[in-house]
Amino acid sequence: MDKSDISFFKDGLRLDGRRADQLRPIRIEVGVLARADGSCYIEMGGNKVIAAVYGPREVHPRHLQEVTRAIVRYRYNMASFSVEERKRPGPDRRSYELSKVSREALEPVIMTSYFPRSVIDVFVEVLQADAGTRTAGINAAAVALADAGIPMKSMISSCAAGKVADTIVLDPMKEEDNFGQADLPIAMTPGGDITLMQMDGGLSPDEFHQAVEMAMKGARDIYEMQRAALVEKYGKIEASTIEVNACE
Amino acid sequence: MDRKVVVPGDLLSEDAKRSGDGTYIKDKCVYSLLYGLANYRDKINVIPLAGKYIPAPGDNVIGTVKDITFSNWIVDINSPYDGLLHISEFPTRIDSEEMSKHLRIGSSIMTKVKDVDPTMKVELTLNDRKLGKIMTGQVIEISHTRVPRLIGKGGSMISMLKKEVNCNIFVGQNGRIWINGGAEDTDLALKTIHLIEKEAHTNGLTDRIVAFLKSEKGARS
Repeated sequence: MDKSDISFFKDGLRLDGRRADQLRPIRIEVGVLARADGSCYIEMGGNKVIAAVYGPREVHPRHLQEVTRAIVRYRYNMASFSVEERKRPGPDRRSYELSKVSREALEPVIMTSYFPRSVIDVFVEVLQADAGTRTAGINAAAVALADAGIPMKSMISSCAAGKVADTIVLDPMKEEDNFGQADLPIAMTPGGDITLMQMDGGLSPDEFHQAVEMAMKGARDIYEMQRAALVEKYGKIEASTIEVNACE
Repeated sequence: MDRKVVVPGDLLSEDAKRSGDGTYIKDKCVYSLLYGLANYRDKINVIPLAGKYIPAPGDNVIGTVKDITFSNWIVDINSPYDGLLHISEFPTRIDSEEMSKHLRIGSSIMTKVKDVDPTMKVELTLNDRKLGKIMTGQVIEISHTRVPRLIGKGGSMISMLKKEVNCNIFVGQNGRIWINGGAEDTDLALKTIHLIEKEAHTNGLTDRIVAFLKSEKGARS
C-alpha cells in the first residue's frame, strides 16, 4: 500500500472513529494468574497483554545477585500468533530492546534497596498486538507489581502519541503506527516524572511539545484506570466475605 | 477506625511526623509505598494485601531444614531469604558430626529470628522454652500479611482462640501455624483460622469469631 492511498481522517475523526486526542478503550483486570505473586491483564484497543510478577525471590544464576539491592528482570515477549504474519518465537533484537527500556521505566519507582540479594521478575506476554504494546506492557506490569505487594514510590503509566497526516494524535493504532510520520511512547509517574521516552520518525520542536503534552494527559487518564482496577479488586475481596457471612 | 484502599504513590498526609509502616516521605508529605489498606491512627500505616515475608529480629517463625553444612542448618522460612541455625543455637551441646541426628533434612522447627544483617543473612535460634523441633500436630500456611490479625491486638485473638478450641497453637510471623490437639479440636481451629484469614481486613472480627466458635460448638454438642 502506498502512503498517499490512505486518508487517516474522515469528517475530523480517525479511522476507528476516535478524535485526535482520544484513547482507545481500555480494560484492566488484576490478579488473573493464581501461580504468580502479582498479575494483570490489560486490553488497550486491539492490544491484549498479560503481565506476571514473581518475587522478591532468590536470584538464579547466582552471579547476577546484588549485595545491596534487588535486581529487576523484565521480559517482554510476543506470542507467535500475536501479529498478522506469524512471528518467529523467541527473543529477538526488538524484544531485547523493549525489555530493557521497559525495565528502566519501572525500576526508578521500585524500592529495590528493601530486598538485597533478591530478584523481582516481571514477565510480559503480548497475546495480540495492535501498535503500542510496550505501553500496554508497562501499564500491566505496574499494576502487577502493585498486586504483588512490592513497595513502589508511585505507579507508572505509559501512553504514546504520534503524528499522522501532519496531525498529532494520541495512542496510535496499527494503521497510524505503520503509515504515520512519527511515534512517541512515554512512561511516567502520576506526578509527571518521565521514566521512558522514545521517538520514531520526525517531529518539529513545537510538534514534539504538543505530542508530549498529549501523551502525558493520556498517561494520567490511564493512571486513573489502573487505580480503579486495583481498588475494584479489593472491593471483590470484601464482597466475597459478605457472601461468607450470609452463608453462616 | 478510618481505613482506605490506597495504591503506591497516594498522598496520605501533609504531616511528615505521621509516617508509619509502608509509607515514605517526600517534600514533607507522606505517601504510600504499597497497594493495601491505609490505617489512620496517630501514625499512618499501610497494611499490604500481598507480599513476601521479610524476616525481622525477634520474629517467631516455623521453618523446614533444607540443608546441613559444617556448623549450620539451612532452614527454609517461607521467604526469599534462607535462615541459618548455628549449632551453638541448639539447646543442648552437640557435635558437628551428629547434627543430622537431631535435625534432619525435612525436619520442621519452631524457631526465632535472632538477628538479620544488612545483607539479609538471617540467624535463627532454638534457645527458648517454647521453641524446638515439631514432633506432633500439623502445620498450615496462610499469607503472612494476615498474621497480625490472627494474633490480634496484644495477642487478644490468639489467646482467645487457644482457650476456646483447647489446642496448642504456635503462630509463625512467616504465615506458618502449628496446631496440636484432639482431632475435632484441630478441625475447628483450622476452620477458624481460615475464616480469620479470609476476613482479615474487616472490622469487629474478634467478636464475630467468638460468635462463630459458639455456634460451631453448639452444633457439635
